[in-house]
Amino acid sequence: MPLIDLANPTRFLGFVGRLVPWLTAVTIVLFAVGLYGAFFLAPDDYQQGATVKIMFIHVPCAWLSMFVYATMAASSLGTLVWRHPLADVSMKAAAPIGAVFTFVCLATGSLWGKPMWGTWWVWDARLTSVLVLFIMYLGLIALWQTIEDPIRGAKAVAVLTLVGAINLPIIKFSVDWWNTLHQPAAVFRLGGPTIDISMLWPLLVTALAATCLFVTLQLLAMKNEIKRRRLRTLRLIEASRPHAVAGTPVVGAAS
Amino acid sequence: MKPLAALFLREWRLSTRVGGGALMGALFFLIVVTVIPFGVGPDLKLLARIGPAILWIGALLATLLSLDRLFQADRDDGALDLLMMGETPLELVVVVKCLAHWAATGLPLVIAAPFLAVFMNLDPPAIGATVATLLVGTPALTFLGAIGAALTVSLRRGGLLSAILILPLTTPVLIFGVSATTAAVTEPTPFLAPFLILVALVLFSLVVGAIAAAQALRLSAN
Amino acid sequence: MMLPSLGPHAGFILAAYAVFLVAVIGVVVWIVLDGRQLSRQLAELEARGIRRRGSDKKPDAVP
Repeated sequence: MPLIDLANPTRFLGFVGRLVPWLTAVTIVLFAVGLYGAFFLAPDDYQQGATVKIMFIHVPCAWLSMFVYATMAASSLGTLVWRHPLADVSMKAAAPIGAVFTFVCLATGSLWGKPMWGTWWVWDARLTSVLVLFIMYLGLIALWQTIEDPIRGAKAVAVLTLVGAINLPIIKFSVDWWNTLHQPAAVFRLGGPTIDISMLWPLLVTALAATCLFVTLQLLAMKNEIKRRRLRTLRLIEASRPHAVAGTPVVGAAS
Repeated sequence: MKPLAALFLREWRLSTRVGGGALMGALFFLIVVTVIPFGVGPDLKLLARIGPAILWIGALLATLLSLDRLFQADRDDGALDLLMMGETPLELVVVVKCLAHWAATGLPLVIAAPFLAVFMNLDPPAIGATVATLLVGTPALTFLGAIGAALTVSLRRGGLLSAILILPLTTPVLIFGVSATTAAVTEPTPFLAPFLILVALVLFSLVVGAIAAAQALRLSAN
Repeated sequence: MMLPSLGPHAGFILAAYAVFLVAVIGVVVWIVLDGRQLSRQLAELEARGIRRRGSDKKPDAVP
């Protein structure tokens, strides 16, 4: 099947139906392999002990928080440049999923920070950037919720997503600057550049598993969104019909 | 250049006449800065330390909250459609509207800042640095805020939403504005580096704000 | 097989995995329930004889 055929939402629905079981299986297998490696094969960190196990979900979620935003930014281009309805759908489906993964990243980071740093939250450069990213996700969701017409809403969200994508590196840079000004000298570095291969491979596998998980969820959410739009179209058709048709069966429902 | 000058004068007159609400921003700024010592206590040393940050946050909120009518009034009376149909590129129109809005509401904030800085027990060099960074930095807030105002132009109550959308984007401006101010007071750290980055951010937000706001306005029109 | 010892901070590690699990299950349940509800509503409307013009064309071309 040529790729261009997927641009038709009906064919896309069929494609999703066939692909999702396979993707689910791949996700589960990858998570099983990655977490087996993380818990049974990877050694404890000599400084952090067993808490390093949190890394195997924290880092994949951090990766997803950025990957999902990149997906949304690419979809925004699809909306603004090619005006493709599937791009709108993809943007809308990704926002809540991205927000959830960003939240999990913050929460697991906090749970990792408490035993290691002694506090739940540090205004560390990385944590702060992720927090700003989380707020941006929530803002995008709020904008989706406010504009009723999905086509007009998609355009507004696309502009904001792209502006956010341009600004994110600058926010990251300025937070790093701010952090070096205010942070006391002894900064605990997460992970660090040297990571042993026995820890690296489970991390990469769980990151891949998380990516597969996101793709699965994204396809399912896109399917829902297409259905939601069809429902909206049908309701508009129903509302614009003369009463003659609605007369017969709806009487019972109206009473 | 002539239509842009005319537009600037029109915007300026509209916002400074009765009902334009130009001084509301400055009043809001005054109130925010007055309320903060009630929260943190009247400790003059503490206020002197956090004073520049308070002034910056006050200016940030005052700018963003005064922006909700930037395009909405023009949309309500149809002037926005005329501006879009005109020969002048919409991006330039946005820039001129922002500059006029800044002259009417941002500049009073900068003028009020040294007086409010006295309340915060700031030293003269710190006052000078705060005013300088605010003078340079507040246009960036207006340009970024224009994006929010344009995105929410068709919504009836877009003011709060627009602030929610734009506040994360203003973090770099806030960080470098306050950093430059504190750098001017504390000896070893240089003032010029963060100040120049702030200037760069202003130019950057001018471009991004103009393009994104114009695009959002075009999309909301059809 | 035995779980390896998680050391003194086992609670934090388990809590982190629990957060992840709850979040993922929450999203999955939300998506599935949402999808079912939408399918039911679509079926209801179609049972009442309301159809899109040219049923297999682009569904998103809202009039």
